[in-house]
Amino acid sequence: MVSDLINLSYLLAAALFIVGLKRLQSPATARRGNQLAALGMLLAVVATLFLKQILSPIEMIAGLAVGGLVGLVLARQVKMTAMPELVAAFNGFGGLASALVAGAEVIGATGWSTVLTITISVVIGMVTFSGSFVAFGKLSGKISGNPISFRGQGLLMTLVAGAAIFAMAWALIGPASLSAGLAPASFGVLVLAAVALLLGILFVMPIGGADMPVVVALLNSFSGLAAAATGFVLGNTALIVSGALVGASGLILTNIMCVAMNRSLLNVLIGGFGQESDASAPALGMADGRRVTTTSPDDTAILLTYAQRVIIIPGYGLAVAQAQHQVRELADILQARGVDVKYAIHPVAGRMPGHMNVLLAEANVPYDQLFEMDDINHAFDNTDVTLVVGANDVVNPAARHDQSSPIYGMPILNADQSRAAIVLKRSMRPGYAGVQNELFFSANTRMLFGDAKDSISALIAEVKEI
Amino acid sequence: MLTYLTYFVLSMFVGREVISKVPPTLHTPLMSGSNAISGITIVGALVAAGMTEGPWARWLGVAALIAATINVVGGFLVTDRMLQMFKKKPTARLGGTPH
Repeated sequence: MVSDLINLSYLLAAALFIVGLKRLQSPATARRGNQLAALGMLLAVVATLFLKQILSPIEMIAGLAVGGLVGLVLARQVKMTAMPELVAAFNGFGGLASALVAGAEVIGATGWSTVLTITISVVIGMVTFSGSFVAFGKLSGKISGNPISFRGQGLLMTLVAGAAIFAMAWALIGPASLSAGLAPASFGVLVLAAVALLLGILFVMPIGGADMPVVVALLNSFSGLAAAATGFVLGNTALIVSGALVGASGLILTNIMCVAMNRSLLNVLIGGFGQESDASAPALGMADGRRVTTTSPDDTAILLTYAQRVIIIPGYGLAVAQAQHQVRELADILQARGVDVKYAIHPVAGRMPGHMNVLLAEANVPYDQLFEMDDINHAFDNTDVTLVVGANDVVNPAARHDQSSPIYGMPILNADQSRAAIVLKRSMRPGYAGVQNELFFSANTRMLFGDAKDSISALIAEVKEI
Repeated sequence: MLTYLTYFVLSMFVGREVISKVPPTLHTPLMSGSNAISGITIVGALVAAGMTEGPWARWLGVAALIAATINVVGGFLVTDRMLQMFKKKPTARLGGTPH
């Protein structure tokens, strides 16, 4: 009876998760959807607390209180620009929790199928944990965003993966060979956890900063799969169903990101893709002698004010400079003067799926002014000015025709087709792909060097004077 | 075991159907929201923390409980904070051009 009640509330919770996710299909219903999912979670927790034979309430209350407080503070304090690393960190905590729960189950485990599910759960959970925290370090700048690789990395990775399989086998054979104690299984799982931890670090380290949208989405998927694996261990359908939902969600996002870069997942994971070459001298010329043309805020302001149609392309540089509020103010002033302003969002702009949308939403940019690549690309040839704010590779025309370019084949925003393109950039440093951008050398392009926030503030001041 | 596998596979399909229709605008909230849902491990952590299989299992359970609660509470709250910002503005603004 009691277990029926528990399972019924788990079923209800899973249904609420699905309905909640479904409401994320529209910005108008999304917030309610998230609240429904949270309600489902509360229901599952309360049902477990009241209906299971819980024997040590003090530990439990302490755990809930500490975790809840940390989560509350993190969610409240974080700046919107720090959202990618926060999402990565939460992912890590989820993975860790799944691995720990599975680890706790080892002690009472019997039968190889249980131990097998435990080992799978521990591996996925620990890889998610360490991988997410490396991603967190890279996204928050605590670890270099460059793809970090060294000689023999492939060999080391293979060794570690081999050790993981060995430890798994050890954990599996354990209970069968030693009926007296479960020590071999526990020990095997412990070694496995350590090896998986290392595996997660090695897995994310070689991946460059700009490939982070793929990694964050993939780790998101892993955190769901880890929960599902733990569900197999516990025989808990709530975990299996919810974990599978999240796993599917993360995989879809991963796929969208890979398609947007025209690269396979394997290609991204092998990593080492182009250094963010801090060392290279700011080259103002191409190999064939073409040079970039610079411009000033007052010239740009005149261009913008007398334009009919303007498209703004935000990129990671906008997030770094935290210029979203200034961009919106500039757009507002231009719109008040009758200029049609739209935003063009490339799927992999920024460091996580949807990064630019969140930043612009924070600055109160109405979401119906944001356009996806396929919806706006045809409009560039009818656009007077395209303002590129801190974006680079996603507007490089070389992706269309230069087969030797590392970004060849990647779908790009057609900024080069507009009558004029103004590129706001700090310096001539190449983007993550390490290639020069042809757009910068085009006859229609003017470069406005400087911090995006300062440049746009200067533009606002100039536009106001006209 | 096979029953569980059935649940798992069918749920993956449900997830695929529901989530592939989420617009790119909401991909970040989708990630953080679904991440909070993956904190469902909290249910397993509660059981593990309440286990009597010995101190080891219990302390692992408590650690899992803390991590899972951070995931759940933080994940849902931060998603809510983000979604709060996605509001539709009236298109007719002072002299602006509605489209």
